[in-house]
Amino acid sequence: MLIASTEVPINVAANIAFGIVALGMIAAAIRVVTTKNIVHAALYLVLVLAGVGVNFLLLQAEFLAITQFLVYIGAIVVLFLFGIMLTRAPLGVSEDLDNPKMKGIGLLTALMVLAVTSYSVLATFGADRISLPGGASTNTADLSDEIFSKYLIPFEVISVLLLAALIGAIVLARRD
Amino acid sequence: MLLNQFLLLSAILFAIGVYGVIVRRNGVLVLMSIELILNSVNINFVVFGTMHGLGGQVFALFVIAVAAAEVGVGLAIVLMIYRTKRTIDIDQLDELKG
Repeated sequence: MLIASTEVPINVAANIAFGIVALGMIAAAIRVVTTKNIVHAALYLVLVLAGVGVNFLLLQAEFLAITQFLVYIGAIVVLFLFGIMLTRAPLGVSEDLDNPKMKGIGLLTALMVLAVTSYSVLATFGADRISLPGGASTNTADLSDEIFSKYLIPFEVISVLLLAALIGAIVLARRD
Repeated sequence: MLLNQFLLLSAILFAIGVYGVIVRRNGVLVLMSIELILNSVNINFVVFGTMHGLGGQVFALFVIAVAAAEVGVGLAIVLMIYRTKRTIDIDQLDELKG
């Protein structure tokens, strides 16, 4: 872990924070896919999403971190809880959330995906360090410049997509 | 911080999400597993953005917007399935089976 390319200094505090958050995220993510209580799955999902937000902060993507907290934890998790409520899922422990026949196949597929991606990542990026600008620099202004100049057309397309999804969700979920 | 520690975390989250999509039977839980996958991809976008300018962060924002749209429509579809079949067990949606 501490080899070669020493041009970027190691930030010990950030590394410790990353380690704690990463372990918590992995544990919570495993609980999301294994817990037998569907409401607990949504609450563990909050932990994972908050961990992703903290990772964005560690990478100095502060606007993205705020968006993550607002959109995911504020809106999407609430949407999930409404979905659970409206489909009258059994609140409390229920045994039929998993398909026991698929457990072996799922585990095998997940391990193969993990093996291939982690091998290729380790082989490609070895001990490369992330170089972040030091101090209290922010990039929110640069990000908005980028979105509204270089990526303006994708931004407009996303707006149309969101409108279409909104109308589509209303049409699908409407009782008539 | 190493590039790899973020990329490996993202790979682990992706694998857990794939496991959830395959094993879970409840439609809402499958959507939650898809959220895990999308978030792991977002971490990758931001990490690579530190090497190649702000494009990574812009695309992570777009992924968040698309994920919000996906959850909205996905939950509406799950609600429709619940209304017509009185269950959201996706293993029972086998009308296409011969």
